Amino acid sequence: MGAILGVNEDSHPPVLILFTCLLAGLVVAGLAGALWPKAGRGVACVCLLAALGFVAIALFGLLRAPSAMVLPIGPPGQALSLVLDPLAAWFLLILGLSAAAASLYALADAAHAAPRVVAGFPLFVAGMALSLLAGDGVTLLLGFEAMSLASWVLVGYGHADAANRQAARLYLCFALLSGLCLAAALALWAASAGGIGLDVLRAAPPDGWRAAVILALVLAGAGSKAGLVPLHGWLPLAHPAAPGHVSALMSSAMVKVAIYVMARLLLDCAGPAQPLWWGVPLLALGAASAVLGALRAALEEDTKVILACSTIENVGLIVAALGLAAIFRAADLGALAALATGAALLHALAHSVFKAGLFLAAAAVLTGAGSRRLDSLGGLIHAMPATAACAGVLAAAAAALPPLSGFAGEWLLVQSLLAGWRIGPLPMQVGLAAAVALVGLAAALAAAAMVRLYGLVFLGRPRGPRSAAAREAPPLARAALIGCAGLTVLIGLAPGPLLRLAEEAVRTAVRQNIADQAQLFLLAPGGGATAYAAPLLALLLAAGIAALYLGMRRYSPAEPVLGPAWGCGFLPAPPELPFGDPLAQPSAAGFGQPLRRMLGSSVLGAREVVTMPEPGDPAPARLEAGFADPVFAGLLAPLAALRDWLADRAERLRDMSLRRCLSLSFGTLVALLALLAWLET
Amino acid sequence: MGFGHIPFDVSHALAGGMLLMSFVLLYQRRVPGLIAALATQGGLLGLAALWQGWAQGAAGLYLTGLIALVAKAVLIPWALSTLVRRLGMHGSVQTALGIGPSMIAGVGLAALALVVALPVAAGGSALAQEDLAVALSVVLLGMLVMIARRNAIGQVVGLMSMENGLILAAVGVQGLPLLIELSTAALLLVLALVAGVFLTGIRERFDSLDVAFLEDHRGERR
Amino acid sequence: MAAFAALLTQILHLALLLVLAPLLVGVVRWLKARLLGRRGASPLQPWRDMRKLLLKRPIIAESASVVTLAAPYVAVAATVVAALLVPSFTRGMALAPVADLLVLAGCLALARGALALAGMDAGTPFGGLGAAREMAFAALAEPALLLVALCCAILAGSSNIDAIAAVFAEGALGIRVSLALALAALVAVALAENARIPVDNPATHLELTMVHEAMILEASGRHLALWEYQAALALTLWLSLLAAIFVPFGMAPAASGPIGWLVGLAAYAAKIGALALLLAVFESAIAKMRVFRVPEFLGAALLLGLLGALFLFVSTGLL
Repeated sequence: MGAILGVNEDSHPPVLILFTCLLAGLVVAGLAGALWPKAGRGVACVCLLAALGFVAIALFGLLRAPSAMVLPIGPPGQALSLVLDPLAAWFLLILGLSAAAASLYALADAAHAAPRVVAGFPLFVAGMALSLLAGDGVTLLLGFEAMSLASWVLVGYGHADAANRQAARLYLCFALLSGLCLAAALALWAASAGGIGLDVLRAAPPDGWRAAVILALVLAGAGSKAGLVPLHGWLPLAHPAAPGHVSALMSSAMVKVAIYVMARLLLDCAGPAQPLWWGVPLLALGAASAVLGALRAALEEDTKVILACSTIENVGLIVAALGLAAIFRAADLGALAALATGAALLHALAHSVFKAGLFLAAAAVLTGAGSRRLDSLGGLIHAMPATAACAGVLAAAAAALPPLSGFAGEWLLVQSLLAGWRIGPLPMQVGLAAAVALVGLAAALAAAAMVRLYGLVFLGRPRGPRSAAAREAPPLARAALIGCAGLTVLIGLAPGPLLRLAEEAVRTAVRQNIADQAQLFLLAPGGGATAYAAPLLALLLAAGIAALYLGMRRYSPAEPVLGPAWGCGFLPAPPELPFGDPLAQPSAAGFGQPLRRMLGSSVLGAREVVTMPEPGDPAPARLEAGFADPVFAGLLAPLAALRDWLADRAERLRDMSLRRCLSLSFGTLVALLALLAWLET
Repeated sequence: MGFGHIPFDVSHALAGGMLLMSFVLLYQRRVPGLIAALATQGGLLGLAALWQGWAQGAAGLYLTGLIALVAKAVLIPWALSTLVRRLGMHGSVQTALGIGPSMIAGVGLAALALVVALPVAAGGSALAQEDLAVALSVVLLGMLVMIARRNAIGQVVGLMSMENGLILAAVGVQGLPLLIELSTAALLLVLALVAGVFLTGIRERFDSLDVAFLEDHRGERR
Repeated sequence: MAAFAALLTQILHLALLLVLAPLLVGVVRWLKARLLGRRGASPLQPWRDMRKLLLKRPIIAESASVVTLAAPYVAVAATVVAALLVPSFTRGMALAPVADLLVLAGCLALARGALALAGMDAGTPFGGLGAAREMAFAALAEPALLLVALCCAILAGSSNIDAIAAVFAEGALGIRVSLALALAALVAVALAENARIPVDNPATHLELTMVHEAMILEASGRHLALWEYQAALALTLWLSLLAAIFVPFGMAPAASGPIGWLVGLAAYAAKIGALALLLAVFESAIAKMRVFRVPEFLGAALLLGLLGALFLFVSTGLL
């Protein structure tokens, strides 16, 4: 029952042997980190090297024929196997780039790293890499669980704080849920296919009720890892709880592993014979995640939570694109299916780079200015110019502004949505039109969130003495940030070549060609009826700015002078407020107010309560504003109640007599034997 | 008979304008704005009837159009605004349903009208089907306006708008007897009269046009 | 030859829009003044103001950063690029193949982001207030614009502005309810994006209601001139976009030579003049709405766009 794709005759391809060596190196580094906590710098170096190796392997996999290898280890009768095909290689590229940035940052911070972080980080990277290159379901689950457990250890690093403990606990629950759902889905599929290898599964696509159950289970399993609504509740708690570079990796690479699992199982292995509704849940959940994530990102008040919510938004967009691809493929619109898949892959790459950079920038701000709260930051552009410049580029990409990387993927997604009206019955058309509106809403909300984040953290006046005395990030951290920003610009300028690079990955996912839609300087979907030329746009913008600058030098030569801010005639602040009146600057809640009133009240149950003191009472009037994610009240609270109830029931078992306890064990044993007998017949 | 033929395009555009005015009615909070939108809708209806009269060569429709223009675009709005002025209410109409939800409900109703009207008029051209759908939407939106407004003026406006939709459906169909149109027009006038008397009456009794005040005076026990 | 004509018309188009932009603002102001019974300043006044501002020395707030210095250049450049994409008197200019409606929206979003950041840079209350409102309103305006793009893409087959104008100019599509709805939605978006009445009052500095003006309160000298110019150019661009999509008649193909261009120019002048007059009449007749009613206004635009798409689904399904 070996799982070998019959594409490469060489049973031990060098590239996979190299990959195995890198994995082994990471595991050794993890163990070394656990034994000698001082080895932080060396471990980070190993991670950096491994990440760069992954990038090289990924490029090899994208450009060459797929290769496969059976490992000499594994459970009885089921050796573990590795497969490097273009789809896996594309996601390995994503993992390699984000892990390289995160390792570089870890290197800068290695002297202060906690032992569990030093040990957990390489294992986390190794788990993700293993699940990406898994050639069968068992290896996939093994890598997925290693990734989950290692990241749980990392999330729990700040366990002295009760909030972090709770986040880690919640994260573990969701990780278990996702593992269970994926295992169940793979088991169900394997039972009908007669094997667990991915090629065996691909040869026997599910149908009927089995297809629906597998779809639901994979959506729950991978979706809860990716932070898809309504299983996103853990993400804004757990991602920020981890140390900075780990949050970066979780938000940029780990959610992509989950998306890879979705693309692999639901698009590639499930095959083109699925019905039209197969992609609808993906599209609907993706669009809902995009809007909810972006709205929360525009309202939250903690830098890392904002970035985590923005991850929910981007995951939503990518999953919506995958769902759209499935719909197009079922409707026999092959070119459009390829376009939507290309949009998903391109946006996944772009998001991983800019989100890794933004999380690293948030970590640099936390180190340099001592806070994650928007309400105690401000004006950091003066103290941390390099971080601010990189964060500006990255935030602009996250806001989907042209010509940066976030725009290209979303443009492709909207273009494929605009072509979606050709499909089928009226409800589908209306749903696709609504998806257009939701994607536009999410993109604009993300822009608002990023402007708010950047403006409140880096612009304006400091909101506290600590942020006034902020220090710039160390050189290696800056190098990681500059690397991310540079890559973001590059990805933004070269979406065409990147899409050509992803061509084989697209073909693996949907068996369709995208080459004619991506030219060197142009993205031209739909036979060139319209096009997006990123380099031309950048050139025009640069020329415009240069011409304006020169014109202004010529016709308006007066040098600017500094003066106090006018602010419609605000009085200067009293001397005890050296940074000006803090109340005369928008706060995080204040900046979120228009959106909270517009959309928050209906979607997030946002409320504003004004408490006026009695006349004569010198107490200040208070305005309290807040919101709550409906998932907590609607899903997590009932689940917690259910857990308590079950625990209550289980407590009763303890009062049983010895005889009853024995009979319980005996009954379980007999039942299991009977099940075995039934299965064997 | 489809898009691109001037006679059909113009009637289609007029119907679309009426639908747009229905949405304006739904969106508008201020009483003068409501009345102005109603007048515009009536004027568009008159023009639509005249145009249909020319396109179908039916002289009766000219009469309908003239009646609509005079009564709906001028007389009734004028009467309503004098009434409003006399009662001294220029403020906003209290809405029972928020603007946002009522707009969403409006789009939903228009979609429903489209879905319903298509099979019914399946025999006709694409244009006739869409026109029927538009007329039905105008009727439904008028009813929604009546539901969404607390104020009696708003309810009267909604009723008038509903009636506009009915007449729009009628003028689109070829060969509707003139008698029916005249009788609907007469019915409308009577309705307007009754509404005016009713408004003045409840205003005098309760010092407000909020119909919620009437509920205490219902015969049966609640 | 055709390539040369395309390039030449593109350059002429750019020059036309660059010169016209402040003039258009002046004309609208003059028309509004005449409608209100005042004499009104000459339509050339914005150009004079611009010259005056350029000669003044800019004052930068002490708490401001390099963003204040750089943002106006980025915003004006992004708006100029957007203006390059919208056809005015001809179709088939050099950039027509990449004149995508969504790219246009992206360029305008870039300008908006630069404006909002510049508003927040000095750390003053009004700048942040204006930025928060601007970004929040854009959150509803953007999906409405995308739905209009959807309506156009269904009819014209792509979201390329030039292709849309070409298809609509043929007249074979006729007048449709859905186009009327899309037009209403696009007009609402244009009013919001340009900070015109009823969303924002371009002539007021009343703190409690303003959006756009709040963000440029700290700008002075050439920076203020650039911001004013950006606003003027954005207005010209939006009016041109409305004219190009919904009144595409009289636009000459780029290859038609100088005579055709002149005819196109005359048609463009007539269309823009009529739109300016409509804008002035509308602004004189309508009161500004409360800030927290703007979401309802834009939400209505969004729903109208959706309804337009719905009608199109039905009619394309039938034909």
